[in-house]
Amino acid sequence: MEQIERYKFDVVVIGAGGAGLRAAIEAREKGKTVAVLSKSLFGKAHTVMAEGGIAASMGNVNDKDNWMVHFGDTMRGGKFLNQFRMAELHAKEAPDRVWELESWGALFDRTKDGKISQRNFGGHEYPRLAHVGDRTGLEMIRTLQQRIVALQQIDKKASGSYEESLRIFAECSVTKIFMTDEGENSRVAGVLAYWRPSGKFVLFESSAVILATGGIGKSYKVTSNSWEYTGDGHAMALECGGNLMNMEFLQFHPTGMVWPLSVKGILVTESVRGDGGVLTNSEGRRFMFDYIPEVFKSKYATTEEEADRWYTDPDNNLRPPELLPRDEVARAINTEVKAGRGSPHGGVFLDVSKRLPADVIKAKLPSMWHQFKELADVDITLEPMEVGPTCHYVMGGVEVDADTQAAIGARGLFAAGEVGGGLHGSNRLGGNSLSDLLVFGRRAGMYSADFVDTVEAPTVSDADLQEAIDWALAPFTNEDGESPYGIQADLQDMMNALVGIIRTESEIVEALAKIEEFKVRMANMKVMGGRGYNPGWHLALDLPKQLLVSQCVALSALTRQESRGGHTREDFPGMDPEWRKFNLILRAEGQNVEIFKQSLPMMTPELAALFDEGELSKYMTEEELSSLAQGTS
Amino acid sequence: MGYSANFRIWRGDAGEGELVNYTVAVNEGEVVLDVLHRVQAEQANDLAIRWNCKAGKCGSCSAEVNGKPRLMCMTRMNTFEEEETITVTPIRAFPVIRDLVTDVSFNYEKAREVPSFTPPENLKPGEYRMEQIDVERSQEFRKCIECFLCTNTCHVVRDHDENKPVFAGPRVLMRAAELDMHPLDTLDRKQLAQEDLGLGYCNITKCCSEVCPEHIKITDNALIPMKERVADQKYDPLRWLGSKIRVRSHDE
Repeated sequence: MEQIERYKFDVVVIGAGGAGLRAAIEAREKGKTVAVLSKSLFGKAHTVMAEGGIAASMGNVNDKDNWMVHFGDTMRGGKFLNQFRMAELHAKEAPDRVWELESWGALFDRTKDGKISQRNFGGHEYPRLAHVGDRTGLEMIRTLQQRIVALQQIDKKASGSYEESLRIFAECSVTKIFMTDEGENSRVAGVLAYWRPSGKFVLFESSAVILATGGIGKSYKVTSNSWEYTGDGHAMALECGGNLMNMEFLQFHPTGMVWPLSVKGILVTESVRGDGGVLTNSEGRRFMFDYIPEVFKSKYATTEEEADRWYTDPDNNLRPPELLPRDEVARAINTEVKAGRGSPHGGVFLDVSKRLPADVIKAKLPSMWHQFKELADVDITLEPMEVGPTCHYVMGGVEVDADTQAAIGARGLFAAGEVGGGLHGSNRLGGNSLSDLLVFGRRAGMYSADFVDTVEAPTVSDADLQEAIDWALAPFTNEDGESPYGIQADLQDMMNALVGIIRTESEIVEALAKIEEFKVRMANMKVMGGRGYNPGWHLALDLPKQLLVSQCVALSALTRQESRGGHTREDFPGMDPEWRKFNLILRAEGQNVEIFKQSLPMMTPELAALFDEGELSKYMTEEELSSLAQGTS
Repeated sequence: MGYSANFRIWRGDAGEGELVNYTVAVNEGEVVLDVLHRVQAEQANDLAIRWNCKAGKCGSCSAEVNGKPRLMCMTRMNTFEEEETITVTPIRAFPVIRDLVTDVSFNYEKAREVPSFTPPENLKPGEYRMEQIDVERSQEFRKCIECFLCTNTCHVVRDHDENKPVFAGPRVLMRAAELDMHPLDTLDRKQLAQEDLGLGYCNITKCCSEVCPEHIKITDNALIPMKERVADQKYDPLRWLGSKIRVRSHDE
C-alpha cells in the first residue's frame, strides 16, 4: 500500500458550506478536535451563491411575526409533508442563529431604527429574510469563515498552533465513509479523502462524521448548482447504511436565466419578485393570477390593483401571486411556455424596470444588475429579464433524528443542511435554506460532540482502506473506457428530459432503464493524465455517486403516484391526502436500492392548533383530522 | 453564430510548462470558462481549472486572459475578435500547482494575522443597532469574493516574492480597513496594518481597484483612508508626545 497521510479527529465534517462550518464551530466550542473537508477552497462553497436572505421571524419589519407564523408558512410551503419537529425547531431557533452571525461580524442591511432589515419572499407571510442586498450567502459564508479564523486565533494564543483543534482541509475530497466491523453495533470509523492538488490519499479516523455536502443538482442539465453538487453525501450515506427520504422532491427554481445558453440555469433571485418584480407572458399578461391553487386562494390577491397595494399596505391587502411558493410559480411558467406564450428564448418575462427606479434596483439587486449586464447584455433597470425554471435544490436527503441530526441506520453519522431530509417536506420556501444550515448545522455539531463522548476512538482496517484506494484508482487502469465528461453530459440530458419538472410513468421507467446502461458505461471509465489536479479523474470519482442519487430520484418519482410540491406527475396531477401520510425511504441492499413507505409522524396537537381546521382538511384525511380533534379536545 | 477560436493555454506544473495551442468551437453568448470546459471535455480531460459557480460569485476561476487578470466566467468571448488568438495563463503572483490552478494559501495565511471582529463585551446578540449609512462602508469591502486578483496584480508582490513576508496584499489590508470601519468593532488595527501587514508598501497606483471584478474601490475607499488614519495616529505631534510620556498608549 502507498504511504498515506493519516489523521485522528473527534469529528470530521464533510463540506465547508454554511452547515459544515456552523457544525464545525459548534463541535469545536464543545471541546472536540474537528476537521473540515472541502472540495473547494475555504469560503467558496455553494452557500456563497445564495442571494435573497435568511428566514428568521425576528419581527423587525412587521412585529406580528413570530416562530409560530414561520412554522405555519414552512409547513404550508412543504404541503404538510415536512418533518414537523424539524420545522418547529427551525422556526424557533432561526432568530438566535442570525443574531449570532451579527455578533461574529456579519453586516446585514438595516431598518430605520438600526435593526436587521427583513424582506418579503415567496410563501412567507411577513417580511422575514435578513439580507445583504442580494449577496446574503456570501455574507454568511464569509462570516462563518471568519468565525473559524477567530477560533483558530484563540487556539493559537493558547497552544501556539492555529490548527490545534480546528483544521480546514481545502480541496480535499472524500470518496468513502468507513464503518467499524462490529455487526449490529457497526458505527462510523472514518473517511478516505484525496488532496485534489496532489491526488494523494488521506485517511481520517474519527468517531463522528457530519455530512454537509449540499445537493444533487449536477444530475441535471439546467441547474443553478455548481460542479460540486454531485450528491456525494447522499450517496455515501446510502453506502454506509443510512437511509434517504423524499428524494422525489426536487425544487425547480422558477427563475433561472435562459439566455445566453452558456448561462442557462444561473439563478435569478426571488428577491426580484419580493421587491416588486412581476412575471408576464408574451401577451403582456401577469399570468400568475391564473395559477393560484385552491389551497392558497384565501392568501393571495386576485387583482393586480390589490397585489400592487400590498407592497405599501400589507396589512390590508393580499400578497401578489408572483410570491406563491416556488413549486407553483415554476409549474406556471412551464405551462405558459408550453402553451406558446413564452419569451423569445423559451422563458417568460420578469420585469422590475417598470416597477422601481433604476437607483433602487441597483441598490437592492446589485448582483442581478451586474449578472445580466455582464453575461446577457441586458440592463434590468431598463428592460425585462427572460427567466425559466432551473433545478435548484433537493428537499430529499438523509433521514435523520429531528433533534440531533443523527442519521437513521448509521451510528456516528450526522447530516445537516441540504443533504439532510425532512425539514422542507415537498417544497422549500426561499430563505429557509440558509436558516436550515445554521440551525441544524449547529445541532449536528453539538450532538456529534456528545456522541463522541460515548464511544472509543475507532480504527479503519487496512483491508477496507486498500479496497477504497483500489476503487478510486481504477479509472487509471481501464484501457479502453470512455471519458467521464461525455457520460456526465448524457446523464444530465437524460435526467432533465425524463425525470424533470413534469414527470410521467413511462418516462421514469425509461430513465431507470437508462440508469442501468449508465452503470455499465461508468464501470469502464477511463481517465487521461496523472493524479495531480486532474479534473477528469475527480469527475470519474463523483459520477458513480451522481448516478446512484439519480436512481434514487427516479425510483421515488415513479413510486409516488400523486403531485405535491417539487414532484409533479402528469399522470397523477392531483394532491392525494392518502399519500401525505407517507415518506418514501430508500435503503441500499447490496448493489440494489430498496424503496418503502414509512408513516409520517403525527403533528402534536399544540402545533396542529396553529392551523384552522378548514386548512388542514385540504391536506389531511378524515381519519387524521378526527384523531387530531380527539388529541386537542 | 459559432466559430472556431484559437487558444493558447498554459500547461504544466510547479516545475515547468509551456503554452499549448488548441482550436475549439465557440457558441454565441459564451465566456472563456465555457470554452476551456469544452477543451477539457473534448481534447484535454486533465486540463486543471479551478472554478465553482460560473456566475461571478465565488471568485475561484481567476486567471490571466491575454495578460489581463480576469475571472474566466465573467470574460465574454464577444470581447475578442474571432481571429484573435486568446492566451490564458495562471495568475502570476502565486505558485502554480498545475495548468491554470495556483496555490493561493498565502492569502489565507495572511488573513489569519488580522485580529477578528471584536464587539463591545457587554453587547448581547440581538441588541446590535447600526445605521444603514454606517454599515455601508464596510459592506462595500464585504462584497469581496476573494478571487485574489487584486493581490495578484499588486506590483509589491507580483514579481517580488521577497516582499510576501512583509506585505499582506490589498485583499487582507482591505479586511483590516473593513474591521476598522465596522461601527461596533472595538479594536484598533492601524498599527498592525502599517507595521505587520505592510500598508506602507502600497503606493496607491490603484492597479488592485482596476482589476476588481466586484468594482470595489479598494485604494480610494479602504487603503487611502487607512493610510490617513495611520498618519493621524503616527504623526500627530500631540499623540507622539503623549506616547513618549506614556499618557496615552501608542495603539489607542
